[in-house]
Amino acid sequence: MKLLIKNSRVIDPANNIDDSLDILVEGNIIKKIAKGIKAEGTAKIIDAKGKIVTPGLIDIHTHLREPGFEYKETIKTGTMAAAAGGFTTICCMPNTNPVNDNRVVTEFILSKSAKEGIVNVLPIGAITKGSQGKELAEIGDMRSAGCVAISDDGRGVMDAEVMRRGLEYTKAFDIPVIAHCEDANLSSGGAMNEGFASTTLGLRGIPKAAEDVMVVRDIALSELTGAKLHIAHVSSAGSVESIRTAKKRGIKVSCETCPHYFSLTEDAVIGYNTNAKVNPPLRTKEDVRAIKEGLKDGTIDIIASDHAPHAVHEKEIEFDYASFGMIGLETSLPLILSLVREGVLTLNDAIAKITINPARLLKLKKGALSEGADADITIIDPEKEWVVDVNNLKSKSKNTPFVEWKMKGKAVMTIVGGSIVYELL
Amino acid sequence: MPLKKDLLEIQELNSDDIRLIIDTADSFKEVTGRDIKKVPTLRGKTVVNLFYEPSTRTRTSFELAAKRLSADVLNIAVSTSSVVKGETLLDTARNIEAMRADIIVIRHSAAGAPYILAKGLKSSVINAGDGCHEHPTQALLDMFTIREKKGRIEGLTIAIVGDITHSRVARSNIYGLTKMGAKVRVIGPATLIPLEIERLGAEVYYNLDEGIKDADVIIMLRVQLERQGKTYFPDIREYSMQYCLTRERLKSAKDDAIVMHPGPVNWGVEISPELSEDKSTVILEQVTNGVAVRMAVMYLLSGEKS
Repeated sequence: MKLLIKNSRVIDPANNIDDSLDILVEGNIIKKIAKGIKAEGTAKIIDAKGKIVTPGLIDIHTHLREPGFEYKETIKTGTMAAAAGGFTTICCMPNTNPVNDNRVVTEFILSKSAKEGIVNVLPIGAITKGSQGKELAEIGDMRSAGCVAISDDGRGVMDAEVMRRGLEYTKAFDIPVIAHCEDANLSSGGAMNEGFASTTLGLRGIPKAAEDVMVVRDIALSELTGAKLHIAHVSSAGSVESIRTAKKRGIKVSCETCPHYFSLTEDAVIGYNTNAKVNPPLRTKEDVRAIKEGLKDGTIDIIASDHAPHAVHEKEIEFDYASFGMIGLETSLPLILSLVREGVLTLNDAIAKITINPARLLKLKKGALSEGADADITIIDPEKEWVVDVNNLKSKSKNTPFVEWKMKGKAVMTIVGGSIVYELL
Repeated sequence: MPLKKDLLEIQELNSDDIRLIIDTADSFKEVTGRDIKKVPTLRGKTVVNLFYEPSTRTRTSFELAAKRLSADVLNIAVSTSSVVKGETLLDTARNIEAMRADIIVIRHSAAGAPYILAKGLKSSVINAGDGCHEHPTQALLDMFTIREKKGRIEGLTIAIVGDITHSRVARSNIYGLTKMGAKVRVIGPATLIPLEIERLGAEVYYNLDEGIKDADVIIMLRVQLERQGKTYFPDIREYSMQYCLTRERLKSAKDDAIVMHPGPVNWGVEISPELSEDKSTVILEQVTNGVAVRMAVMYLLSGEKS
């Protein structure tokens, strides 16, 4: 199978390319990138005039829910949602049931993904057994089984000694430790950001300090151990500032934020909108400003979806009882592109945060449109306007706060290993 | 119809709405003072009290109000319902509505629970207290009582004392009283004052004597005894030393100040027992007025002519 993508604007931050080029795909690799490639007889020609062609997008923070919570999402539906959102590679968090804290679960996810997944799935293993925060999981064995990082995402590792040893031990395997920074004592019982909105709604708040203090702690532990620390879903101004300072001091720390932390504030919760219940919680205008500043100056390296599907009966209930999390794979790209229109990011920087930056963090041979590389390619129509309609989403769950939002920009073709897995052209 | 379909919060009402409810309650108070305390206003209507949290006072008050309006009343308490079988709130309510309830009165420990019903049902929904959010009929009966005693609300200085963070009574009263032109102060330990409460128009005091100085009205809130020994305050003894209203302390308020409490009172914790029979204390009058106010609310929501 050959594909020839013509007439497009190719943006490949890894290779410093922003040019009008053609791309020839042969089998599962990129054969050639050049101007005016001649069509050969058997190649399927894709006219990408007016479109942007980028390396396949990478989401390093997805919850696929399989095994254990297949009623929320499966590897099949989750990867379909990813493809529709332009993602060719997603990394799935270990908080399944059972938790991905050993080789058996990792192998299950990989074999199921090979059979049913339509994009690349890379598992993230747990730091501790059962993500209980007490004993280290078999990190080395999970690494050799295919895990690309470790994390106890969904909860923080409260015991600083356990976190310290987790960071230290993982150095041998050259994978990052992804920290969910939350002090469980400070956040206990909280349902949204602590601030004016929580005061008026009578909901128990989660102070920003619950995140800020753990970010500072984990930076200190990274400095102590020299381990590679990646901070997940940064939501507060304080976190951004601490990470900025740490980077200046040369500590090996990177971080991600999610589209909802620069698109929404705590006000989205007003009216007890459970689709806006997420952890960490949506913060304030000042935090949104700080997140954008962090994205702009490079403090925040990566944008990840934190796609967290939940079923109707877990969301259309009392706010206190509703589950934390929102789906994001199908809405991330247009929200990221809106940062470009706002002037927060250049198109090149925006694409880098969802291609080469995550690829470098996880040492993947992906995220670039180099000749000979895997043919993971996303074609984006930056002008396409569409409205978020939950009935049209591929994800099995519909818990998005962006319902009815008018979006601009959409992946119109997603190519994984030379195969077209999503097409809207 | 003067009111919307539901009464969920004071926040969404304006001063005219509040005045209308209080004025209407005035005429129903006259009814509750008669020998035959019943009018046919809601004859043939069904009122369901759906209580997910234990309550004697509020549930009884709603029940009496509905009965005095000649409605049929059904009480559902959480322990006897199918909630224990894991039915969702909306499913439970849909079943009740399918039996043609006209008004559903809900009390729930989770803030926002009445909104789920209001959105999903055609029946009128009355919030009888949702978590730490609002308790609109309590604030309305408090405002009714204040106006009855003081002749006005505007311009009064009203102090609300105690656990503001966890109090739906405090929130509803802050909204209502400020809309009616009163000056509102909140007083309590800093651990029990929620962030940015000043933005609702309340002045914050941590010291009781300073906070009630020259106040016309003092609303004492119930202390949830289970909160002691955690991180909010050391113990009941220390709390009462700081915040229990005594006859001596009451002197710093205006001479004719009244003392209110949504009940049930922990005597000796929030209010010294020496004040239980004092003329300043209007707690039982609040209870009497509660029935009239709830009659007014049900009447106005039903949109019927009496």
